[in-house]
Amino acid sequence: MTSETPYPALEVLDLTMDFGGLRALNAATLHVKGGEIVALIGPNGAGKTTFFNCITGLYHPTEGDIFICPPGKQRERINGLKINAVTERGLARTFQNIRLFQNMTVLENVMLARHCRSSSGILGAVLRNRKTRLEERDIVRTSFAILEKIGLADVVNLPAKNLPYGAQRRLEIARAMATEPFLLLLDEPAAGMNPQETRELEGLIRQIRDQEGISILLIEHDMKLVMSLCDRVTVLDYGQKIAEGTPREIRENPVVIKAYLGEDI
Amino acid sequence: MKKVKNAVLTSLWFMFLTFPLLAIRVNTIENIVEWRWKNMIIVGIGTFVMSLLWQYMQARKGSGPGPAEKKNEYLHFFSRKILDEPLIYKSILVSGGLFALVFPFLFSSYQTSIMTTALLYIVLGLGLNIVVGLAGLLDLGYVAFYAVGAYTYALLNVHFGVGFWTALPIGALLAACFGVILGFPVLRLRGDYLAIVTLGFGEIIRLILENWNAFSFGPSGISNIPRPGFFGIELSLQNATIYIYYLMIALCLFTILVVNRLQHSRIGRAWIALREDELACEAMGVDKTRTKLTAFALGATWAGMAGVILAAKTTFINPASFTFLESAMILSIVVLGGMGSIPGVILGALLLMLLPEYLRVFKDYRMLLFGATMVLMMVFRPQGMITAVRRTYQYKENDS
Repeated sequence: MTSETPYPALEVLDLTMDFGGLRALNAATLHVKGGEIVALIGPNGAGKTTFFNCITGLYHPTEGDIFICPPGKQRERINGLKINAVTERGLARTFQNIRLFQNMTVLENVMLARHCRSSSGILGAVLRNRKTRLEERDIVRTSFAILEKIGLADVVNLPAKNLPYGAQRRLEIARAMATEPFLLLLDEPAAGMNPQETRELEGLIRQIRDQEGISILLIEHDMKLVMSLCDRVTVLDYGQKIAEGTPREIRENPVVIKAYLGEDI
Repeated sequence: MKKVKNAVLTSLWFMFLTFPLLAIRVNTIENIVEWRWKNMIIVGIGTFVMSLLWQYMQARKGSGPGPAEKKNEYLHFFSRKILDEPLIYKSILVSGGLFALVFPFLFSSYQTSIMTTALLYIVLGLGLNIVVGLAGLLDLGYVAFYAVGAYTYALLNVHFGVGFWTALPIGALLAACFGVILGFPVLRLRGDYLAIVTLGFGEIIRLILENWNAFSFGPSGISNIPRPGFFGIELSLQNATIYIYYLMIALCLFTILVVNRLQHSRIGRAWIALREDELACEAMGVDKTRTKLTAFALGATWAGMAGVILAAKTTFINPASFTFLESAMILSIVVLGGMGSIPGVILGALLLMLLPEYLRVFKDYRMLLFGATMVLMMVFRPQGMITAVRRTYQYKENDS
């Protein structure tokens, strides 16, 4: 686990998001400590993905604060930053519906994600000077290494669209990893996976946390996965945080059960 | 049988549609109405055959991995094999290069001039390929940058006597600036909306050139633009044609080199990713604004250079050379050849520019054939004649 800092890696305070008259998020609060795996769960339409979109800069929240504190760096408020600026600061995400670059190869998908960690410009690309060549080789090498870790090393030159579903999901994680995040946001990583694939995914996420020291915030509907993988669980309903605690506490929390199953008959 | 029935219905429908145009003719001299039934029969039979053919092709296309598909795959394999086999690939390249080198000495200066135009369109096509093929931004006003380049040289020459070689980089730079100017307002647009705004931009530039007489000499254009200088030596018309031809070859090679390097670079990847999925691209840390503007500016640069050369080649320019039709032509080169593929664009430019010249017999039907080809391409081979191939990488563990 990473070193203890006074502030959590991600701290979201009273986040509110209005779409016209609809309040998708209502003062939602959440924090992820360094090296933690936190799950964000809730019934359909609870605002989980909106929450992610607010953090990663897709939406600009109506109210509230989002603070990040990367290991070894200053605490920073990231409200209103552009999407790519958020990624640059070390928050990488995957998407609920897979959004790979379908016609690019697997390797290129990961190489692209090195964009914000490299700098060669037009002139470098045209002249192909030493600095550009070195940087390019570095990009290829890092991308290969990540794909090897994720277990996609033997399909690097296939177009991303030709991969089976589970591999596409893993490629999304690989791509996010390539941006060198300190916090990984996974939007339903196990959606559509069979039990075998889910188990492998669990191992992979754990490996990312243990080996790279990356904190993880994930949205997930697969409760078995959430219960066995996560250190802490936050439950959203109608845009509000209704519970927070260890998986065991959440499982027995009457408010959560009510939100999922409705009033007792 | 269903196909025959469909074909009959289609031909009946066509006969009905063309009836007033092709069958009835009012003879105003003798004041009678002629009924040309022969035309009607030709239309009917023609449509019937075409419709059957169309349906057959459609069925073949839709049948999935049938024999046709296999043949296609084989063809694909074959073409890949050609391109991958360095010996064949290189010999094609060398013979093509040699042919291009000796071309002006084998053919008349008229032919050379036509070839120069084709080369000009290769450069334009490759430039637009950056914007449309790589970055996926549908630009229908590309000709505006071409005009900016041409007018830069023409006006600088008229007012300040600036020579060709000085005007070339200025034209390129100015076109790039215009690319950024167009790029800014359309950053948020995509697809159809982007196409409409760029179309408007192209027309605005043309209309300004046409109406601002004091600035651009209006529709009458600018004439007596000097040809490019050759170390201060006056060249005869024939030699000048050959000179411009070689100049064009050089510019073409330069363009191919630069575009090829760009598309496999960090920026090229960002363009392609932007085309594939804008949101995901941003989420992976790519600055959308900068990437889009670079694409617009770099695409425009080539058009600017091509414009300067056009002005020098024809020695006369007027706004009529920069109509929307020209933009459409360049776009067709890119789409027909294969978006994002350099050999595709080259092939497309050569075909679209040279075929009309050598098939003058069909000149009345040129646009008709052109349209039909486009429709057929879109239905049966939407990826273009030569598909873009992504580069593959080999990983060496002990790479120094």
